[in-house]
Amino acid sequence: MTWFDILILLVRCLVLALAAATLFAYFTLFERRLLAKFQHRIGPNRAGYIPLPGGKKLFGGWLQPAADAVKLFLKEDVVPAMADKWVYILAPGFAVVPALIIWVAIPLGTWPDGMGGNWLHYAPIDVGVLYLLAVTSIGVYGIAIAGWASNNKYSMIGGVRASAQVISYELALGMAILAVVMQNSTFRTEQIVIDQGTMWNIVPQFLGFIIFLVASTAEVVRSPFDLVEAEQELVGGYNTEYGSMKFALFFMSEYIKLIAMNAIAVTLFLGGGNFPGIDTLVASLKSSNGETIAYAVQGLLTLGAFLLKTTALSFLSVWVRASVPRVRYDQLMHLGWKILLPMGLFNVVMTAVCGVLFPTDSIIVKVVMGVVGLLIVVIVSATATPKHAKRGVTLVNTSAGN
Amino acid sequence: MDLLLFGIPALVAIIGAIAMLLSRNAVHSALYLLLNFAAIAVLYLLLQAPFLFATQLIVYAGAIIVLFLFVVMLLGAERDEETTHANPWQNRGAFVGGILLLVELCMLYVRNPGTIPVSVDMNNGFAAPAEVAKALFTTHLLPFEIASFVLLTALIGVVVLHQRRS
Repeated sequence: MTWFDILILLVRCLVLALAAATLFAYFTLFERRLLAKFQHRIGPNRAGYIPLPGGKKLFGGWLQPAADAVKLFLKEDVVPAMADKWVYILAPGFAVVPALIIWVAIPLGTWPDGMGGNWLHYAPIDVGVLYLLAVTSIGVYGIAIAGWASNNKYSMIGGVRASAQVISYELALGMAILAVVMQNSTFRTEQIVIDQGTMWNIVPQFLGFIIFLVASTAEVVRSPFDLVEAEQELVGGYNTEYGSMKFALFFMSEYIKLIAMNAIAVTLFLGGGNFPGIDTLVASLKSSNGETIAYAVQGLLTLGAFLLKTTALSFLSVWVRASVPRVRYDQLMHLGWKILLPMGLFNVVMTAVCGVLFPTDSIIVKVVMGVVGLLIVVIVSATATPKHAKRGVTLVNTSAGN
Repeated sequence: MDLLLFGIPALVAIIGAIAMLLSRNAVHSALYLLLNFAAIAVLYLLLQAPFLFATQLIVYAGAIIVLFLFVVMLLGAERDEETTHANPWQNRGAFVGGILLLVELCMLYVRNPGTIPVSVDMNNGFAAPAEVAKALFTTHLLPFEIASFVLLTALIGVVVLHQRRS
C-alpha cells in the first residue's frame, strides 16, 4: 500500500462522512415537512426557495438545515458544574463515531473500479454482517454515558433505560440478521446483495424483515420506542444537560443511525442496489460505449436504487413516528423478550429446516416461507397484546414501618 | 509500519488496563476496560482474525460492559467505597501473581528468543467464520457443548431465582 492509496482512502472516508452528515441534515427537513403534512400543518417552508415565474416558490425551506446548523453553532457551549467533565465531553463523540463507521460495511451500490474493487463499498470484509452488529451494539455508549456524566437524575434515567432497551432488542435484531445469513450462507454483505439478484430476501424472510424493522427502531431508540428521551417524564432524557454543538452531535448520531439501520434493512432484505433492468442496460452499454462509462452508469444507477429504497424505508419511519404513540416500559420489554425473540427463534428454525430439506433454491419454497411468515405476523399481531400493567405499585410502604 | 500498527493498539491496551485498575470511579473503570477491549479487538484484526474481532466487539464491548454500566448506574455505586470489607490479602496476592506472570513471560523470552512470536499457519482464511465453525463443531464439539450447557444452566438459574423471589 503506497501513500497514494492511503490518500485516496482518506479522501473516500471524508466523502462518506460528509455524505452522511448531508443525508442527516436533509433527513431532518424531510421528516419535519412530512410530520407537518401528517398533522395538517405546513412545516418549515421559509428558509430558501427557488422563485418561479408567477410568484410560485419551489423547494420552500431547502436552506432550513443550514439555518439550524448555524443557530446551534452560535449557541453558548456550557458544561454543567457538577458534571463529570471528560466523560461529558466524550459522550457525543461516542455517539457519533459508531453512527459514521457503520457505513463502511454497507455496499451502497456497484461501481467496479476495474481492479476487482468497488468504489461504493468501503470495506468488503468477510464478517461484514457481524461488523454491522458489533457497531450497532456499541452505539448505546454515547447515550448511556451521557446520561451518567450529566449528573442529572432525568438524564440518568434516560441512560439506564437506553442500556436496558438496547441490550434487550439486540437479541431480536441478531436473530433477524442470523436468519438472513443462513438464507444466503455468507457473512459478506456484498455477497448477500448479489444473491438477491433474482429474488429479494424480503420474500423468504418476511418474518425476519418485520422483526428487523421493529427491533432496529428500538435499537436506535426512535419513536415509538423513544423512552430514553420521553419529554413528558424525563424533560429531555439523556441529552437534557447538553446544548449547542454537543446536542447537535447527539441529534446527528440519532438520525444517522436511523438512516444506517434503514440502509442495512435495504442491504439485507430489499436487494441493496439491485433493481430490475439495471443489469441489462449495463450489459448493452458495455458493448456499445466501453467499460468505463458502463461502470459509471452502473454505479450511479445502483446508488440511486439504493437511496430510493432507503428513502422509502425512511418515509416509513417518519410515518410510524407520526402515527404510533410511545409504548410503556413494560410493553417495550414484553414486546422485545416475549414476542420478537420467540418469533426470531422460530424464523431461524424455519430457515434452517427449509435450507436443509430443500437445498436447491426453489422459488416455491421461498414464497411458502414468506406466506408462513406473513401468517405468523398476522396471528401474533392479532393475539399477542400485553397484559395491563400491575396496578397499585407500592413506591413507599407507609404502613409497615410506622 | 508493522511495528507501528502493532505498537499503537498494544500500548493503548496496556494503558487502558492500568488506568482501569487505578481509576477510583467505577464508570471510568468500565470505560477504560472498554478501551482495552477495543484495542485487543484491533490486535485480533492484525492477526488476520476478523471473526474474533467482531465477536470481541459484540460480546465484550457491546454486551458485557453495557451491562456493567447498567448495573453501576442503576445502583449508583460508581463512587469508591471504603475498602475495609475487602480481603486484606487480595491486593498483595494480586500484585505477587502479576509479578510472577511477568517473570514467567520474561523467562520464556530469554530462554528461547527465536520462537516467542509463535508462527501460526496463516493460510488463507484460517480464521474465517466457516473455519471457526468447522473446528467448533468437529474437533472441539465436546467443550463447545459443555460451555453451552453451563450457559443454559446459568440462564435457568436466573429464572428459578427470580421465581422464588416473587
